[in-house]
Amino acid sequence: MLAVIDYDTGNVRNVKKALDYLNIANTLTSDPVVIAQADGLILPGVGAFQKAMAELEKRHLVQVLQQQAAAGQPMLGICLGMQLLFDRSEEFGDSTGLGLLPGAVVAIPEKVGLKVPHMGWDTNQGKANNRFGQIFDQEATYFVHSFYVQTAAKNIAATVNYGVTIPSVVQQNNVVGMQFHPEKSGQVGLAGLKAFKEMCADAAFSRN
Amino acid sequence: MITKRIIPCLDVDHGRVKKGVNFVDLTDVGDPTEIAAAYEQQGADELVFLDITATKEHRGAMVATIEQVASQVFMPLTVGGGINSVADMQALLRAGADKCALNSAAIRHPELITQGAEKFGRQCIVVAIDVRWEAAKNRYQVVIDGGHTPVDLDAVQWAKEAVQLGAGELLVTSMDKDGTKNGFDLRLYNLLTAVVNVPIIASGGCGAIQDFTDLFQETTVDAGLAASVFHYGELTIPEVKTELKEAGVSVR
Repeated sequence: MLAVIDYDTGNVRNVKKALDYLNIANTLTSDPVVIAQADGLILPGVGAFQKAMAELEKRHLVQVLQQQAAAGQPMLGICLGMQLLFDRSEEFGDSTGLGLLPGAVVAIPEKVGLKVPHMGWDTNQGKANNRFGQIFDQEATYFVHSFYVQTAAKNIAATVNYGVTIPSVVQQNNVVGMQFHPEKSGQVGLAGLKAFKEMCADAAFSRN
Repeated sequence: MITKRIIPCLDVDHGRVKKGVNFVDLTDVGDPTEIAAAYEQQGADELVFLDITATKEHRGAMVATIEQVASQVFMPLTVGGGINSVADMQALLRAGADKCALNSAAIRHPELITQGAEKFGRQCIVVAIDVRWEAAKNRYQVVIDGGHTPVDLDAVQWAKEAVQLGAGELLVTSMDKDGTKNGFDLRLYNLLTAVVNVPIIASGGCGAIQDFTDLFQETTVDAGLAASVFHYGELTIPEVKTELKEAGVSVR
């Protein structure tokens, strides 16, 4: 069972629809007990960083997510959910994130000919030594965002080039982030969700 | 780099797609989900659903349609037609739409653009503009109510205003070109891209692959929308994309 964190943010139900379509058992929840028992967690998110953190705090989920990540539970952040995994964001001043991955969220610089938000289908360059990097290498996925993460190269599994190099998939051990929307990226996006489910199954297997 | 998008547009009436779609073996030529899935299979980058009944009583049918499509088709979905309130937008987004297109309502109640952008984010709010060349005034004029009511408003000026109010994207249809199949109105799109910095979807006039090539080589719009050429199988999305790639246009 995967737990999709329900905290009053945009695309929660679309993530659930994609998991249902793939026959991956899942539940929308903000209950710490259900979260702790899940094989893996998905943190979706659309909107503003600060407000999303406030919604997590309101549900007492910040510490829960930090504890679960430290305990090795697989976790996937999507779009804003990926950005929340990092230390901090400069969106609307400086905001503190979950701190599960080292790095910061900064604005995509406005350059001539490049519109912000970065919206549409963009082609990923994936790393061959990462399961998500392999899936998304040379594949286009659907992005909608105005901020991007800066983190050490070793945490980056895939990137897109948009005037700056934007990490599109990040991973450090059990914590994974996708800047694009796998639930809106057609078959390859669904393959990414399936791979996360397999990662959860592997982790559940090794725990037992 | 972001790829250029090819977008089929579906007219939906009481939960059924109007105008036959005959490019693939559909068991039900009016079923929005089956048609959407076929377009996803073909490589469409996004789908626009236009609610042509669009009355308050029938709003529920469109929400149910989007709910159904979004449970089977995993790509960006834009819905337009008769959206009159933040509550309409919320219902459609909650059902699985990614963007809402405001047309006549944006002219009558421009504050809707801002309210929608503040609540859902600019990227969710598309302002759709139907325009007609007005020779007497040497300008493009805005026309609302599905092409029935001309408004004393310069379309390029309105585009600028809509973006200032919070529109994250513009869907601009040339009524002069619509149905002619002799190409997109390139002059119109060059005027628009010069004054706004949000993505623009061009619509109206597509009859051949070359029309897409011209659109993307001679303007900086982000997407081209077409209906009948795709529905009737005159063009397929794979062949359009193959030719665009050969012409050096970045597509998925």
